[in-house]
Amino acid sequence: MTAVKLMKGNDALAEAAIQAGCDAYFGYPITPQSEVLEYLSREMPKHNRIVLQAESEVASINMVYGAAGAGFRAMTSSSSPGFSLMQEGISYLAGAELPCLLVNVNRAGPGLGTIQPGQGDYFQATKGGGHGDYRLIVLAPDSVQEMADFVFLGFDLADKYRNPVLILSDGAIGQMMEKVEFKNYVNPKIDKSSWATTGKPKTRERNSISSLHIKPERMEQHNAKLEAKYKLIREQEVRLEEMNTSDAEYLLVAYGLSARICQKAMDIAREKGIKVGLLRPITLFPFPYKRLEMLASQLKGILTAELNSGQMVEDVMLAVKGKVPVEFYGRMGGMIFTPEEIVDQLEKLIATQHAS
Amino acid sequence: MQAEEQLLTAESLQAPVCRDEEYDVVYHRPTTLVDTNMHYCPGCAHSLVHKLIMEVVEEMDIQDKTIGIAPVGCSVFAYDYMNIDMQEAAHGRAAAVATAVKRLMPDKYVFSYQGDGDLAAIGIAETLHAINRGENILIVFMNNAVYGMTSGQMAPTTLAGMKTTTSPYGRDISSYGAPIKVAELMANLPGAYYVTRQAVNSAHAVRRTKKALQNAFQYQQLHKGTCLVEIIGNCPSNWRMTPLEASKFIDEEMIKTFPLGDIKVPQAES
Repeated sequence: MTAVKLMKGNDALAEAAIQAGCDAYFGYPITPQSEVLEYLSREMPKHNRIVLQAESEVASINMVYGAAGAGFRAMTSSSSPGFSLMQEGISYLAGAELPCLLVNVNRAGPGLGTIQPGQGDYFQATKGGGHGDYRLIVLAPDSVQEMADFVFLGFDLADKYRNPVLILSDGAIGQMMEKVEFKNYVNPKIDKSSWATTGKPKTRERNSISSLHIKPERMEQHNAKLEAKYKLIREQEVRLEEMNTSDAEYLLVAYGLSARICQKAMDIAREKGIKVGLLRPITLFPFPYKRLEMLASQLKGILTAELNSGQMVEDVMLAVKGKVPVEFYGRMGGMIFTPEEIVDQLEKLIATQHAS
Repeated sequence: MQAEEQLLTAESLQAPVCRDEEYDVVYHRPTTLVDTNMHYCPGCAHSLVHKLIMEVVEEMDIQDKTIGIAPVGCSVFAYDYMNIDMQEAAHGRAAAVATAVKRLMPDKYVFSYQGDGDLAAIGIAETLHAINRGENILIVFMNNAVYGMTSGQMAPTTLAGMKTTTSPYGRDISSYGAPIKVAELMANLPGAYYVTRQAVNSAHAVRRTKKALQNAFQYQQLHKGTCLVEIIGNCPSNWRMTPLEASKFIDEEMIKTFPLGDIKVPQAES
């Protein structure tokens, strides 16, 4: 028996955290994600879970470190400026290989920017963000349903790889209301006793959580271990959604909110007789390079649409290796393109090709 | 010469063995301390305080219930020496890490071990808020008035006029402010349950510090708030002194700014 509810994206994510068996949530208010902290402040105590409003995002990410290091399912959420403050802690979490769930409800920047939605944190999310060589597994929801679904998936992936997982959402997905269905989820409760700091019994060696390897030989070994893990993630965890690609001559590539707008644009363009498909990366790391490269051979052109100045488009270009022209269209500053704007851009791309 | 060196490594570095069974054991190294050489300088307070904490853990038989949080600074490697589960926190964030560990495992004993740069500069917000929330943790605050690991820069606790590598003309109060008296500052917060300042520069001082640490660990069982044990630490290397001169410097100079003794003690239940 599953229940269908009408919920805000942020509330759905928070409810999913409870159902996923999140032991502890640490957060700090920031628009447009404060509902997560509010929801969990109200609901977590009813489940005897830990919820704490920290004094800063710096503190909350380090509380996540402590909780995850002790073997608990821990989570935090923020929005762009606050998420920037967490980057040091995220680097430590990745270095110490601590599983946890992070959420960035992206707003437009740079700086204090605006509270309206944006996708300008793509580079930060997928290319490191903090210092040193590390990667997060990055999931990009495009609906309230996925705001919930990716919490369960995110916690499981985090545990599977002992790696932080980031849900990169945006202010629109976080704030809008849609129906959402919660499936029956069973927390696998994997055994973390071999590394978690729960108190050293006589029967085992002490457990240490650390990202420090002062000897360069050791540090390089640790880097290699991390890289091997990221390679495995690249091979096994690519997720994407495709629409109308079988006969497509043109391809829209977009994630999250942009992908929803592009889906409508694709429908309009199809009615006009343009053979266009849509590829929506669901995992931004690992990025679906291989699938895009495969599609490139059948395409005449790709239009990448993002709510930023052009970030994911660099990965699209890397994927297709120059086999097909890649154009970019974006809006910034919290402004959102319409499906018609995307169709216009697509038609321009086609016209340019016919002219040449 | 070579033979002597071999002798040194082969025999004298091994733990001394009591060959006369008639003797009673009056002291032994705590089993909660890893049997290894420490990286600390001669005369440094850290090795001594590590041992005191581990003695308390052994005496209370709470090795399996104790989780320590190490800072960034000279004692970043504390987990190499303390034979307990530990987490190494980002610079200044030990109190936030300890908060989470304790909240999730309220029956465990959780302590952070932090230096003055870590706690009183970059981490003062996390420290203050953890104490204000009355987190049931112990914060061991090692105050040696300098950044040790980065080789002796000015800290928030550097004495007025004290020369460091970044205050080569002496700490100028008019531009850097006065040294922060962490224990007094934090004792004002209602969440602070027990606040004391001690030193380890004499046998007497070591005994008092040990007692303070015993108190602080025992108070954790009460769930009444944060315990802060500030310890004035010797740092002969960065003070450019011999170990003996450093011990004397604490008695003659440091305690003028940082007087020793209890600052806040538990009030009797009415």
